[in-house]
Amino acid sequence: MTTADGRKIRTIIVDDEDLARQVLREFLSAHPEIDVVAECANGFEAVKAATELKPDLVFLDIQMPKLDGFEVLELLGSGMAVIFVTAYDTFAIRAFEVHAVDYLLKPIGAPRFEAALERAKERLSGKLPSTPLPAMDLAAAARPPQQYLDRIPVRDGASVSIIPVSKLDYAEAQDDYVALASQGKKHLKQQTISSLEAALDPSRFLRIHRSYIVNLERVARIEPYGKDSFVAVLNTGAQIPVSRAGHARLRAFLDR
Amino acid sequence: MHPILAQLRRLLFYLLGWIPLAGMLAYLLAVPGGLTWIEATAVAFPLCLLYAFVCLAAWYPCLATPLERSSVPRFLFTHGVGAVVASALWLLAARTLGRMLAGFEGFAGLDSRLSGDLPLLFGTGVLLYLLAVGFHYVLLAVEASRQAEARLLQASLLARDAELRALKAQVNPHFLFNSLNSISALTASDPAKAREMCVLLGDFLRRTLGLGEKPAIPLEEEISLIHAFLAVEKIRYGDRLKMEETIDREALSAEVPPLLLQPLVENAVAHGIANLVGGGWIRLAAGRHDGLLDITIENQFDPEAPPRRRSGVGLANVRQRLEARYGNHASFSASATGDRFRVAISLPADTTAAQASAPQDSKERVS
Repeated sequence: MTTADGRKIRTIIVDDEDLARQVLREFLSAHPEIDVVAECANGFEAVKAATELKPDLVFLDIQMPKLDGFEVLELLGSGMAVIFVTAYDTFAIRAFEVHAVDYLLKPIGAPRFEAALERAKERLSGKLPSTPLPAMDLAAAARPPQQYLDRIPVRDGASVSIIPVSKLDYAEAQDDYVALASQGKKHLKQQTISSLEAALDPSRFLRIHRSYIVNLERVARIEPYGKDSFVAVLNTGAQIPVSRAGHARLRAFLDR
Repeated sequence: MHPILAQLRRLLFYLLGWIPLAGMLAYLLAVPGGLTWIEATAVAFPLCLLYAFVCLAAWYPCLATPLERSSVPRFLFTHGVGAVVASALWLLAARTLGRMLAGFEGFAGLDSRLSGDLPLLFGTGVLLYLLAVGFHYVLLAVEASRQAEARLLQASLLARDAELRALKAQVNPHFLFNSLNSISALTASDPAKAREMCVLLGDFLRRTLGLGEKPAIPLEEEISLIHAFLAVEKIRYGDRLKMEETIDREALSAEVPPLLLQPLVENAVAHGIANLVGGGWIRLAAGRHDGLLDITIENQFDPEAPPRRRSGVGLANVRQRLEARYGNHASFSASATGDRFRVAISLPADTTAAQASAPQDSKERVS
């Protein structure tokens, strides 16, 4: 059995431990329809390999160097079937919230592995609905509940950069993307500004305009701009429009 | 319940305390008051016995007017009114007593003579009541400090509990799951190595068994436990894991609480080495200086690594255990500089069982 168009199932194995990859490789070797196109030992490699090789199926460890499994998935979107592999059962709920095909616990048994692979094949051949999620929902779901982001991974082609939220000056909505201004550069990320706003700590970041979120620590002053509108001047020199509602929110925050 | 009425013994002591007061009252009634000594005594002692009980009532206004949380006007008003009311009651009792005694032979006319002393009695009553108020505040303070002591005892019991719980939870199950997964991988590719890892894992687990019951073990034993642990991790992480040790020979015999350092090394692997693509080192150093055992564990880590769950729990456990056992005779510090994480521990270097009693001469240190 193969994918819908009859080619082999292109598969990537991501785990920082060589022996853990070895188990999966061994189990997969019994399936000729599976083509293991890459093995990755950390999150950066995984994003790079998945971007370049466009796999159908990814076995993804969660705790890894550079990027954890959830961050990798957030950057890649939901175009492929993902099976999480980890020693921790505590991530299971989050894993299914981001629509993982399955969640394998280490040590992995052969019957359980076969069941997971079967599910992945069903998902790939279209029998199981994959319910592709917009990337923004994925990002929101991938975040642990009751916890604000402290870093934002951003993908530019096959390479990844990480923006600590303390280094984020402001975010600007651009169609389906947000532009994240940090240390003099702008990074584009496929996400809506509302989902980004929900993920950021509201005591540090404020939505001052329909299209802008600002890091409050960066605001140097607010200046009037034309008739009843304002601009926020950041200490980087950038000027950001402030809507009337945004100005009220800013006032409420500053008066607190 | 009133603390004095709660125990018969306390009540007896309290009433004994009133005997000199009754004597003083008799003196006041006899010398400035103009009664005969017999009359004064016959009036003073029953009156004081009665007033002793009236003054116990001061407990309730004192309880309702705590010194540290009441305004001065409220304080003065409450106790002023209390004193006037109590003293007025006392006067009433004195007059009744005077009238009753006047009927007896030798006491004729006592009631009229006594009524001249009523202002004196009133003043004394107010003063005695205020004395009782002071006495009750002292009682409240004693009670509060006794409760604080009980809480302190409770807290140290809780700390002891925390230590036991920490010991039981020490061997991280995820270390086991990951090790078993590695063994599973090796069974196909390298059966001999798989067997070796089984033996190493068994060795480590056997050493941890029963350690929880011992109050302390020599540092040498703790270090050999760490070696058993790292031997297993070394198979998982391969060249990524490098361990360096600088241990003074005389430090080896010093006693440490069991499984004190192993969680720190485990942390160094899980939060340091595991996040480094190219791996890194862990450095363990131990030495003895001035009756203290100094241990440092340093490791490399990636400051930009994805945030991990449960980070800091292991460190907090170790800190709490040291605090519960040695108080301020031990110190603990954890700090990150650049890509290095460093934990430094210092504890009394006992070569016999290291118990709660730390050497008197050891320097006080703030952790």
